Amino acid sequence: MELIIEGIIKAIKLLFSLDREVMDITLLSLKVSGIATIISVFIGVSIGTLIALNEFPGKRIIVSLVNTAMGLPPVVVGLFVTIFLWRNGPFGFLGILYTPYAIIIAQSVIATPIVMGITIAAMQQLPKKLRLQILALGATRLQMVWLLIKEARLSLLAAVMAGFGGVISEIGASIMVGGNIKGYTRVLTTATVMETSKGNFDIAISLSIILLLLAYFINLILTHIQQKGHWR
Amino acid sequence: MKRVNTILTISIALIVLFSVIIPLPSFAQQKNVILATTTSTQDSGLLDVLIPIFEKKTGYFVKTIAVGTGQALAMGRKGEADVLLVHAPEEEEKFVAEGYGIRRRLVMHNDFVIVGPKSDPAKIKGTKSAVQAFKRIAETKSLFISRGDNSGTHAKEKTIWKATGIKCEGEKWYQETGLGMGQTLNVASEKKAYTLTDRGTYLALKKRLDLDILSEGDRLLFNIYHVIEVNPERFPKVNSQGAQAFSDFLVSKEAQNIIKTFGIEKFGSPLFFPDAEKKINQQVR
Repeated sequence: MELIIEGIIKAIKLLFSLDREVMDITLLSLKVSGIATIISVFIGVSIGTLIALNEFPGKRIIVSLVNTAMGLPPVVVGLFVTIFLWRNGPFGFLGILYTPYAIIIAQSVIATPIVMGITIAAMQQLPKKLRLQILALGATRLQMVWLLIKEARLSLLAAVMAGFGGVISEIGASIMVGGNIKGYTRVLTTATVMETSKGNFDIAISLSIILLLLAYFINLILTHIQQKGHWR
Repeated sequence: MKRVNTILTISIALIVLFSVIIPLPSFAQQKNVILATTTSTQDSGLLDVLIPIFEKKTGYFVKTIAVGTGQALAMGRKGEADVLLVHAPEEEEKFVAEGYGIRRRLVMHNDFVIVGPKSDPAKIKGTKSAVQAFKRIAETKSLFISRGDNSGTHAKEKTIWKATGIKCEGEKWYQETGLGMGQTLNVASEKKAYTLTDRGTYLALKKRLDLDILSEGDRLLFNIYHVIEVNPERFPKVNSQGAQAFSDFLVSKEAQNIIKTFGIEKFGSPLFFPDAEKKINQQVR
């Protein structure tokens, strides 16, 4: 108990003293996971919409595959991304293993199925007649898709939140492909694990509190946008 | 109006996100040195002191990947690291003999100690012989926590068990964590168990642990750290210049002096003893 209080006090101190290292770690977590989320939204929403709005043979298999991938274990992703990015691996020439870019790639792989799965569910939930109605009003196919996306925005923002939540809290892939390099690829989760193993529980607790706060504020902004849309 | 608001909020969020874009990694790969090392050098905080000095001096950027010695050597075997700082002499010798590594040099040593709960159920306190202590732990079936991760510490532990002639794997009192030294000590402390640890990590974590040093000083318990450069002839992609620069730095007077005093201020005694001056590796064996 004492330790937790100590940790909270230390977290407040670290936050307000704007400790350089902690700030850098926090900012890097935000940037890496933010960019990964954006990438996954682009891929996930577009492909998800495509799958949801079209009928084709094998659709059920594809959808169930996407749904399974929503629970893709980060360590598995980390392992495969590492193998692919190894110097002597197929993408070794890029030389990006143990860089923030490698973490972005791994996190995008983790978040994309989450966003895609929720997108498919959201789009399929829209009444079928809506599509006919929009088309009857003279919209092009592209305009129709855009309107449908807007119609499903509540669920889609939930998809964004789920994707972001999935990657900001993920550790297995970050530590494998990033290497937890000080001042370079050390993010909040990997720093927490390291401080714990160093026995610096107070710093570890304060890092976790910062992580929770960060996740909360991002979701606050997203929820704000989401609910705004809802009230209109 | 509301739509304008929404768009504004989103764009602000995006601007915040991208305003400080991630510094591009120097695509001049020559400047990156990948150091694969054991968790003990990182958990004790030694590398946090040494590496910034090296980077400032040479302009290289060191990517420290702290894994167990077993994994570090495996990375070297695949050419995925440039230089290794490890502590499993027998496996290192094999590594060099097989042509994966060059210029293996002695850097420093400290020692392993057997730690356990104050109550000491196996009554090993003061036992000088590590083999004897392990035997007692096995005989009394006292809980023993093993790293179980092919690290240097794990290798040493297996050597000692081998000397006792006891097969401990699969026994109820013998548990493997598969974690780093720091985590394993935490587990042992929580479970009131015995474990084998390097003195450096133990001292660094001591204040949080409910463990005492119960057996120390056996020659078998020496813990020797070597630096090895990965053989560039075998792996052309290895940054051999950077590796050599780092290796030279570790055995330089400057680094050796830092190693000598590291930890005195914080823990009251040094965590590592510099050895680069010593010519013969066998001396501390």
